[in-house]
Amino acid sequence: MTSPMPGAPKKVRPASGRTGVAQVLLRVLLTRLASVAFVLFGAATLAFAGLKLLPGDPVATLLGPQTTASPAVREQIRDEYGFDDPVYAQYIGYLDDLVHLRFGESYQLQRPVADLIADQFAPTAQLAFSAALLSVVVAVVVAVLTAGRRGVGRSAANTVELFAVSTPSFWLGIVLLTVFSFRMRVLPVAGADGFESLVLPTVTLAVPITAVLTQVLRESMESALDEPFALTARARGLSRLGVQVRHVLRHAAIPLATLSGWLTGTLLGGTVLVETVFARPGVGALTLDAVTSRDMPVVMGVVLLAALCFAVISQLVDALYLVIDPRLRKG
Amino acid sequence: MSAVAATAAESAVPAVRFRIRRARPGAFLAAALLVLLLAAALFPGLFTDTSPTATDPVNALQAPSGENWFGTDQLGRDTYTRVVFGARTSLLIGLGATAFAVVSGMVLGLAAALGGRVADNLLMRAADVLLALPELLLALLIVTVLGTGTTNVMIAVALAAAPGYARLVRAEALVVRGAGYVEAAAVLGLPRRTVVVRHVLPNTVGPLLVMGTIGFGTALINASGLSFLGLGAQPPSPEWGAMLSEGRNFLDTAWWIGVFPGAAVTVAVIAVNVAGHRARVRFHGGTPR
Repeated sequence: MTSPMPGAPKKVRPASGRTGVAQVLLRVLLTRLASVAFVLFGAATLAFAGLKLLPGDPVATLLGPQTTASPAVREQIRDEYGFDDPVYAQYIGYLDDLVHLRFGESYQLQRPVADLIADQFAPTAQLAFSAALLSVVVAVVVAVLTAGRRGVGRSAANTVELFAVSTPSFWLGIVLLTVFSFRMRVLPVAGADGFESLVLPTVTLAVPITAVLTQVLRESMESALDEPFALTARARGLSRLGVQVRHVLRHAAIPLATLSGWLTGTLLGGTVLVETVFARPGVGALTLDAVTSRDMPVVMGVVLLAALCFAVISQLVDALYLVIDPRLRKG
Repeated sequence: MSAVAATAAESAVPAVRFRIRRARPGAFLAAALLVLLLAAALFPGLFTDTSPTATDPVNALQAPSGENWFGTDQLGRDTYTRVVFGARTSLLIGLGATAFAVVSGMVLGLAAALGGRVADNLLMRAADVLLALPELLLALLIVTVLGTGTTNVMIAVALAAAPGYARLVRAEALVVRGAGYVEAAAVLGLPRRTVVVRHVLPNTVGPLLVMGTIGFGTALINASGLSFLGLGAQPPSPEWGAMLSEGRNFLDTAWWIGVFPGAAVTVAVIAVNVAGHRARVRFHGGTPR
């Protein structure tokens, strides 16, 4: 931080440009952290409420259906888990556990939730990341080629987008499986090893997302095309495509970035369905198992993970705005 | 045509201009499809004289033909008949979920906008958290608590969607609250409740209707998705998502069992989305998504 010279007379505007930016950044950073913490706290509270609303005796769930535990053992479990404590004490205990990164143990598998999720995280992250990459690339290309145009190509793109937005991913996955795996036999039916097993799930997950991204991107590119700077660039002799890529796309990047939160959520939610269709291991498959067997600690862990991903990614993208758009740096 | 272009230029959303110009035949087709789906849901007997649960093991796994348009499944049931009868369950779940979500969103949104600062802060921060979670994951959490089944899936889909509606209604109500006619009604001494019900509420309905139409499509996808995961309607009841899930086991030998029910979901959602875009153009409101 560059401070003003010592003993310098008071200025009307005390902060030089650079300290101003540093202060703004610090304040922004703190607000961001607070906001991430708040979303996590809210999600934890929601998950806890879900746990408490779960009907039935938690000990019975914990022991599974075919156990013949004696009342003494049951009592011991009740004691150990604090099921007899008042709800607020359990809530505080739960939050305390979370702060110390203890996420509880799966009822069904008797293993720490954090380990279970960590084991399954890689294939899901791989799928989500490749789907995000594919949809952003395709959306940018299609939007650049179709923004501000009308004609056959544009209306074809619109129709395809309508279909893509409306197609349930689990059905698309099944159609792709039928065609490429069972008829043509060019891609594997299930599993998660290697590039080939990633192709169909990625496409399935990416199609609806691509359509939404394309529509939003094109809409904001078209409003940028109406601005004087686009006309100026064109008048300077830049080609239509050149204007789109060099000037308009940068302008349109902000609305696209706004969707990152939605994108994260859709990817995470979508993996549950896509992993089921393609019998892929992953967090989604783990979640479905947990929901079916009402293994609440695992579901709670996944909810927290989703909230964390959402909060961190949307804050990172928010910070990216400052890079994309210098006007926002003024705080 | 120039008049249309002028209106569109005012709203400065070129994509909308495009839809006005092109969407008419599409909108007509979508409306026809919606009527057809509604008819299938209300009077499935009009479209088929077979029972959706009548098994015929001799004719199991038959490919689509003149006799069985969509083929038969592993028990010899007619897939076409099951798709027709599935319209009722699937549309009912989607419609019920949307109605529940819209109404609860409306109540919560109005409460936030008109109930004072504390209520507003509390409700909107809660909505922030709920909107941070993927809708499907939220629905899964609710299903874990409530247990599986058609009604529970409907409730889960509705509750997962409600925060979005609440936020929209709040935003609309805040705008309307400052409008001259609301102030005038208050000044005239109308009771607060009357002002809310007669003046604020009706003026938030347009955008809400638009969002509800598009939300109906999402609800259809989410509900059939949960059924596909085995959490909603259970076999042998004909529901599109559940049928798709059954058909998954026969993809190698009988693709039609799964592909046709899924196509029905897709067609329904396309029709709803086209209607939603039309509604959006009509009301000039709503959100981009």
